[in-house]
Amino acid sequence: MSFEPKILGFLCNWCSYAGADLAGVSRVQYPTNIRVIRVMCSGRVDPVFVVEALATGLDGVIVMGCHPGDCHYIDGNYEEKMKLDLLSKALQLIGLSGRFRLEWVSASEGVRFGQVVTNFTEQIKNEGASPFSGSKPNQKLKEDLEAIKRTLSDNRLRTLVGRERTITEFGNVYEEIIEFEEYEKKIDDALNSEFLRNKILIKLEKEPLSVKDLSKSLNIESSLILEHVVSLKAKNLIDFNRIDGITPYYHALKEAL
Amino acid sequence: MEDIRIGVFICHCGTNIGGFLDVLSLVEYTKTLPNVTFATDNLYTCSEVGLSVIKEKIKEHDLNRVIVASCTPRTHEPLFRSTCQEAGLNPYLFEMVNIRDQCSWVHMKETEAATEKAKILLSMGVAKASLLQPLEKFTIDINPTALIIGGGIAGMTAALNLANQEFRVILIEKEQELGGLLRYLYKLYPTHDNASKVLEIRNLVENHQKIKVLTSTEPVKIEGFIGNYKVSVKRRDEIYDINTGIIIVATGAQVLKPEGLFGYNGSNIITQLELEQLLKENKINVKNIAMIQCVGARNEERRYCSNICCMTALKNAMLIKELKPDANITILFRDIQTQGTTYEEYYRKAREKGITFIKYIPEKLPIVKESNIEVYNDYLNQDISIPYDMVVLSTPLIANPDSENLAKMLKVPLEENHFFLEAHVKLRPVDFATDGIYVCGSAHWPKDIPDTISQAYAAASRASTIISKNVLEVEGAIAEVDEDLCIGCGICIKICPYNAISKDENGIAHVTEASCKGCGLCGATCPEKAITNHHFTTKQILAQILASGGK
Repeated sequence: MSFEPKILGFLCNWCSYAGADLAGVSRVQYPTNIRVIRVMCSGRVDPVFVVEALATGLDGVIVMGCHPGDCHYIDGNYEEKMKLDLLSKALQLIGLSGRFRLEWVSASEGVRFGQVVTNFTEQIKNEGASPFSGSKPNQKLKEDLEAIKRTLSDNRLRTLVGRERTITEFGNVYEEIIEFEEYEKKIDDALNSEFLRNKILIKLEKEPLSVKDLSKSLNIESSLILEHVVSLKAKNLIDFNRIDGITPYYHALKEAL
Repeated sequence: MEDIRIGVFICHCGTNIGGFLDVLSLVEYTKTLPNVTFATDNLYTCSEVGLSVIKEKIKEHDLNRVIVASCTPRTHEPLFRSTCQEAGLNPYLFEMVNIRDQCSWVHMKETEAATEKAKILLSMGVAKASLLQPLEKFTIDINPTALIIGGGIAGMTAALNLANQEFRVILIEKEQELGGLLRYLYKLYPTHDNASKVLEIRNLVENHQKIKVLTSTEPVKIEGFIGNYKVSVKRRDEIYDINTGIIIVATGAQVLKPEGLFGYNGSNIITQLELEQLLKENKINVKNIAMIQCVGARNEERRYCSNICCMTALKNAMLIKELKPDANITILFRDIQTQGTTYEEYYRKAREKGITFIKYIPEKLPIVKESNIEVYNDYLNQDISIPYDMVVLSTPLIANPDSENLAKMLKVPLEENHFFLEAHVKLRPVDFATDGIYVCGSAHWPKDIPDTISQAYAAASRASTIISKNVLEVEGAIAEVDEDLCIGCGICIKICPYNAISKDENGIAHVTEASCKGCGLCGATCPEKAITNHHFTTKQILAQILASGGK
């Protein structure tokens, strides 16, 4: 039997969900792989939902909203795009971005809805089965995805993205506007460092490790690891576990969520 | 812990579903799902019989959640919700599963796979239904008062209309008297009524016992929400507070003064508005008159057509012809835009009266010299010279410079030319996205008197749909802030499209129930995940994700 991917779609009530209904009314035929969660606005879709969906072993996730300028809630789709751009970047870090897509489908695009779903189903068929499904899920990737999930749940990136328009369009309280390129660089830096910190935390939740151990298991220079270990300690997220000879070992202070 | 008892009603929709899915196996499958107390199929769930079965079964099985698996919630959710309500169930304890429009109709040749998909959709529906919470629709009291900002023809018309419906109206005008631009006009197209005749509405407004007119008054601060706005206004250096249920923006526009364009000098090279004054005073004593259209409009700086200038030029040209039949009038135009039968007929009449029309192109603008205009005639493909004693420039209406400030106070958007931007050009043409605020007249876009009056009626009518009610029921599925989790970062306040979130005295975000539309943007953005989007909660969505068959 050929591989039949499991695909989850988040559809906004006013455009894409209506487009999907129109596909039905027009008897547009498309693959059965997609299952839909209706939300009022695509802007409701927290990037963490997409990560959660991938973590459960779903093979692909597609978010659909109104075309730019058509949002029933003025600019919910625009805000959503900024969040999902970050999600794409995050998924790229662990090679999963091909399993996610954002599309704009209007209420009048029944035929196009069918095409988008067919096309995305093909894309996911090419990606193959989820690394988290089946009897032997990829443990390393699972840890990475958990680190991505925490990164997207944490205050730092959410704040940066939440303030994107304030920072790049409207200006802050001092009426300073930061160029988009500069802002994007900040996002990339924050994403990379939060991702690494969360990876370290996840390791230290499992067992006490030294900087050298962490460096080896994460395959990252020990100087960079040390930098993050120091800042994690300063934030009271990890602490000394013991000192073995002259090597300090650390453990996480909070249990995994 | 509440005992969850879900009843699931699976519809055949005649053969629309039943013909393509194995409905009976869906019923059997559903019975195996957690919390499902009862499951059945109906030929047509939305029929009188189908609905009474739902009501019966709710009572019989003491159901506290109901799922209908049939068509789309976009058409049928309201019906099923009210059925639940009739059976004593909170309408938000209803969930719909779409197995027709998004399943049987789109997988018509794959009964087996489509039935499997429908099972997954049902299990997602059950997962969500298990977590549904009863919600109450909020009611808010409505102050049956209208505040109208701007006392031109738009504001006065809206005020009179509302006052005649017995609403209390407060009309504020920043200048010392009512009337707006209409005060400066001579006669109006297409009927050639005196502007002063239309302006007589001023007496009706000023003497209406339901209308309070405040001139030399400007808003300085606006807060509140639909039904309960509080507007602070400044009048002769004193601040007054006005409480009102709705606000109509009728601040009008102003005429562009074409400094530096086509030799404008205010004496013999003037604007149409200045010409109106000369006509009023019957001071036209020159013979050769040229008018230039689209001065400072439809160019890089202002891309829009100002809507009124073609007709204004035709009107003034004809009026001059009436006063001075021997006058030579030439109108240099780019396109004459006279839409509709009346206006087109008016244009034809102007041509009949001997007014000359010469088309110029924007690449070769007319050049106004000391006593003649040199212009490239596109039709003749050559330059021609037109002698003049007076040149009249048709300049566009432009947004009032204080629009920006007012828009900020009202928290409503302006478009690129700083005119007020409605919520939706077709669906909500005089509303703003923020409920209870409306727009009419040239504040919205350059308009002539007939259009302005129509739109003022529209705004008054939209406003009266609110202030005619004592209380307003608003959506129950809205956002709520967990005060313990909120850190007061203010991101939700900035991104809320409806200005429904504000900080309370402790610096914590607070949702104004009356303004929230339940889009969920705030919840998906909140860095602290302190916001619950009712009916689309994170818990509910995660349960749907889990049930969607990933494992």
